[in-house]
Amino acid sequence: MTLLTVDRLSVNLQGESGPVALVRDVSFTLDRRETLGIVGESGCGKTMTALALMGLLPEAARAEGRILFDGEDLVTADEARLCALRGDRIAMIFQEPMTSLNPVHTVGAQVAEVLRLHRAMGEGEALAEALRLLDLVGIPKARERLSAYPHQLSGGQRQRVMIAAALACRPDILLADEPTTALDVTVQAQILDLIGELVREFGMALVLITHDLGVVGQVTDRVIVMYAGNVVESGPTETIFAKRAHPYTQGLFAARPRQAGRTSQRGRLDTIPGVVPDPSAVIAGCRFADRCRHAVDICHRQPPPLVPIGADHDALCHRVREWA
Amino acid sequence: MSAVIAQRLFAFLATLLATSLVVFLVLEVLPGDSAQIMLGVDAEPDAVAALREKLGLNRPAAERYLTWLAGFMTGDLGDSYTYSVPVIELIVDRIAITIPLAVMAMVLTIAIALTTGVFAAAHHNRPGDWGVMLGAQIGIAMPNFWFGILLVLFFAVTLGWFSAGGFPGWEDDPLDAFKALILPAVSLALVQSAILARVTRSAVLDVLREDYIRTARAKGLSKRAALWGHGLRNAMIPVVTVMGLQFAFLLSGTIIIENVFYLPGLGRLIFQAISQRDLIVVKDVVMLMVIKVVVINFLVDLLYVAIDPRLKTAT
Repeated sequence: MTLLTVDRLSVNLQGESGPVALVRDVSFTLDRRETLGIVGESGCGKTMTALALMGLLPEAARAEGRILFDGEDLVTADEARLCALRGDRIAMIFQEPMTSLNPVHTVGAQVAEVLRLHRAMGEGEALAEALRLLDLVGIPKARERLSAYPHQLSGGQRQRVMIAAALACRPDILLADEPTTALDVTVQAQILDLIGELVREFGMALVLITHDLGVVGQVTDRVIVMYAGNVVESGPTETIFAKRAHPYTQGLFAARPRQAGRTSQRGRLDTIPGVVPDPSAVIAGCRFADRCRHAVDICHRQPPPLVPIGADHDALCHRVREWA
Repeated sequence: MSAVIAQRLFAFLATLLATSLVVFLVLEVLPGDSAQIMLGVDAEPDAVAALREKLGLNRPAAERYLTWLAGFMTGDLGDSYTYSVPVIELIVDRIAITIPLAVMAMVLTIAIALTTGVFAAAHHNRPGDWGVMLGAQIGIAMPNFWFGILLVLFFAVTLGWFSAGGFPGWEDDPLDAFKALILPAVSLALVQSAILARVTRSAVLDVLREDYIRTARAKGLSKRAALWGHGLRNAMIPVVTVMGLQFAFLLSGTIIIENVFYLPGLGRLIFQAISQRDLIVVKDVVMLMVIKVVVINFLVDLLYVAIDPRLKTAT
């Protein structure tokens, strides 16, 4: 059952010399209990897409298109309605657990706040529930931690607190924006496992934003790959891992650090030559063409079509049929 | 927590001791005879010698310093040379005006600055922000004595709501005394609140860019609720710092405003004492001002710790 339909979503930033498109015509759907990964390098528009879903875009940015959540268009919804949905039915956790918690409020108060806001709980009841949640996300000695301040916790524990606050109202969708990027490698795996477990247990849908393909392979059912504001490839995770079609996706996989012991190890990582085009640059053809080793004349002249490659597997490329 | 307070308390006492030594050295020990200064260059040598004896300037400096320090504990600060009354009486009379005036001006300043500063930040780059910033610019540019005169013209002369100046004393009619301080307090608060409003605005703007504000919004708080619930307390550190400086300034007496409104406050006392070379009064009042500044800084330090729990563990 479709929970969320994103239909030709664009996000434009009002610049001094006219609007700059940060997200271009992004479309995807999310079913209940489905986990979706959004992959791409910094500045590809993945965070802007998530903020648009929350209605929390920066003041100078505007969303166009439709975001249908349970039949309701979030692009046109008013602020009061969005406030009622945020934290209650759509929750979000962020990249930096260090700065995402308020340093002058106790951990317990910050988790309890969501419950007091959306569930009209009194302070005592909300704190009791916060204690249960902190326990659930694996904070040791949760009772003592209720009255602790964020600076007294480690990075991993702070991200657990963020997760506890996000899950407090049992949302339908959890948006996780690079939730493990700022953490130690050993902690990354624990947090990722925790998110995976809780998503299953609570029956939530998950949108996981990351630049790390390994994370995507571990957690998600489906993947969309973004480049310079566009979705360049989308499909089931298994399919994309087995048969990556778009040259950019291929480049991303090639640039992954290989695990030790692999015979193909060459001691150096592959890179994609060139840089991401400036969002304000006017490009007639494919925005990846300048960096693409398959690019031919048409790639520079015409915007690429979205080409179906297999069941539920699409790529935004002129030439993809030649190899996929 | 108590360790931090003990540490601050120690710094507080050390500062007091060090500054008292500086004040004493500058006024009594450095070259230049206090008695000669007080009597003037043309004074008779006999008269100077008599005053030296009366002031105890012939005793060793260390002994005089300790006696002076002890005087602050017991309230015996000697007699004023020009007024021939105990200095402590002079000071008590004057701070009965200066302290209530400073408190009234500060309360007004905080009330105006916090509301307008937060309002401006919440309406950043919109007409509300521009209006507050324009008002603050005018408030900073306008000399407060001129604003004081305007207030007198309008509220005292034209409307007759307040007296144009002077202070009736607290004993006879406390309400009248309170009313006499309202116009001076308003003229002081104008400039101070203009400064503090700007500080508040920029502090709140900085905080509004923080990640935890975005987290609060992601939890479903409205912009306003996120600002008041999560922004304000975090923005308070720079605001409290400036508040402390302003309160110390106001407590030291405000010579110009006291003159405009004929208020016999601490500012006029030190002004008169300096012009009459009454070094006994000067020394004691300067030390009193130092004490007030140090006490306020100590209180500001305690406020920091109350505002930001991270400072409880920091050194």
